[in-house]
Amino acid sequence: MKSSVIIFPGSNCDRDMDVALNKFGFKNKMVWHGDVNLPKSDLIVLPGGFSYGDYLRCGSIAGKSRIIKSVINFANSGGLVLGICNGFQILTETGLLSGVLQQNKNLEFICKNVFVKVGDQKNKYFKNIKKEILELHIAHNEGNYFCSLDELKSIQDNSQIAVKYCDANGQSNEASNPNGALNNIAGVFNKKKNILGMMPHPERMIDKYLSGEDGSFFFENLLGNLK
Amino acid sequence: MKVKVIVTLKNGVLDPQGKAIQQTLNGMGFSDVNEVRQGKYFDIEVNEKDEKKARIKVENMCNQLLANLVIENYKII
Repeated sequence: MKSSVIIFPGSNCDRDMDVALNKFGFKNKMVWHGDVNLPKSDLIVLPGGFSYGDYLRCGSIAGKSRIIKSVINFANSGGLVLGICNGFQILTETGLLSGVLQQNKNLEFICKNVFVKVGDQKNKYFKNIKKEILELHIAHNEGNYFCSLDELKSIQDNSQIAVKYCDANGQSNEASNPNGALNNIAGVFNKKKNILGMMPHPERMIDKYLSGEDGSFFFENLLGNLK
Repeated sequence: MKVKVIVTLKNGVLDPQGKAIQQTLNGMGFSDVNEVRQGKYFDIEVNEKDEKKARIKVENMCNQLLANLVIENYKII
């Protein structure tokens, strides 16, 4: 399976993502934001970081970069697009995913491990996933998911909530909500579920001894579902 | 000509920075401040002499980039 990771000025999780994708068997290519065409890919990843210094709004400038038109065309034709952290912010700014990531409720940058519960498994990303509750890392200042109540109802009705913040037992409540996100939402799909945006970083959890393996489960599973 | 734009958060959208500013003002002795909402201001120099045309151009800029209409409103002043 072939993947491509887009590098924007200010991306800083692009190489971690490259390592993770290659480790689990993807043939990954790095693609510069100023390019026009995407290499032939089964998966496009928008990595974490601070594209364009988070100027104007997080992800807003990257959402207008040259390569993004090709990413939008790829996504609209059913291709898999995964946005992690800043990548999620970029996907909401392009309108490919609904909602917006606002500043964390406590106004602080949050960097810690959290638990998330998989909300829907009828998709390429989480079908057959080994664990329903994953321990993943978050590191962000703007992860406070927000959308209108109509939009919330629509994404709930279509099972588009991909992952929700929870505690180790899977309970989603205020205590297990790190950033004030609406309904503890940590990640969402588009309607067709080929586009996934989420704040947690699976690529940081791929070493059994250093970080735990819950990110490994995500990538192994995704690759298995694509084969 | 120069066009000025103010972008503000929509009513009902949480503004933690505005809240922190309000609380600081209250703590400084400005006890009659009930609410603060923070926004953004843009000065845009457009190469266009016709005011109507310039405003239409800026409106397009607001819709496409300067404001995120999920949470923000804009006003051309």
